[in-house]
Amino acid sequence: MVASDVVPASLLLAAGGETAQGIMTIVVLGIFFLLILIGLFVGKTVEKRHLRSLAQREAVMHGLLTTNLRKIPPDWDVTASWLVTGSVVIASDYFKSFGAKLKNLIGGHLRTLETLLVRARREALLRLQEQARREGADGVMNVRFEFCTIARMSGNQGIPPVEVLAYGTAIKFAAGPVDGSA
Amino acid sequence: MILTNLEAVTGKTVKEHLGLVQGSTIRAKHVGRDIMAGLKNIVGGEVKSYTQLLQQARDEATQRMVQQAEQLGANAVVNIRYSTASVMQGAAEILAYGTAVILED
Repeated sequence: MVASDVVPASLLLAAGGETAQGIMTIVVLGIFFLLILIGLFVGKTVEKRHLRSLAQREAVMHGLLTTNLRKIPPDWDVTASWLVTGSVVIASDYFKSFGAKLKNLIGGHLRTLETLLVRARREALLRLQEQARREGADGVMNVRFEFCTIARMSGNQGIPPVEVLAYGTAIKFAAGPVDGSA
Repeated sequence: MILTNLEAVTGKTVKEHLGLVQGSTIRAKHVGRDIMAGLKNIVGGEVKSYTQLLQQARDEATQRMVQQAEQLGANAVVNIRYSTASVMQGAAEILAYGTAVILED
């Protein structure tokens, strides 16, 4: 009597455990696909908006002479020079992180990472130019890019945020601003 | 204090080279910032709290370098470079270094 009471109960428990596990698996998979979808749609919108903003601001900054020359050419009449910087941290979206992880197994051209790096660099450079212009500069010399790793996530969680620091020396001409193409 | 990452300051001559000066700071991200960054890893885009962290770290490294230059009696730091080193997971060093000089008109 006692044994027959115990056996069905344990069977029931085991069966209950299995369904619970099944539900858990479905929930985890569901969250995963939801994150992928959010990453795909929101990530794409965010990226598009950023690229549009970059293009607009770059058009405004076009006249600012920006070089990575280490010395000011002797025939330039420069009255002042000072340090300017720009920095940005940009994260990838979940969809791209996942895609990059898959692609990393096969190897080859990681285009998603490329666009992320390009966006970060353009943004950092723009912030540097915006600071230079705000402070009345006519050009920026010796522009350099430095990559940092402060925000890197612990553990292996896809693509870490890209951190770029741009710095250079803003200069002011005695004759005032010149055309960037000159 | 004149700061530049060029080798010289135009219109001024170097009276005295005082040698290398440097400033560094080690920063770790904290949990509050991590939560927002975790969300950003899903939707993508700029992580403003980290940008701020990076800016603060950069400013502090620069300031420490300037302090060292001031102690040496310099009035400018030329050929400034920034460099970073990853010390451990979740913490990084930003280093600013340059040559302290005394300039004369």
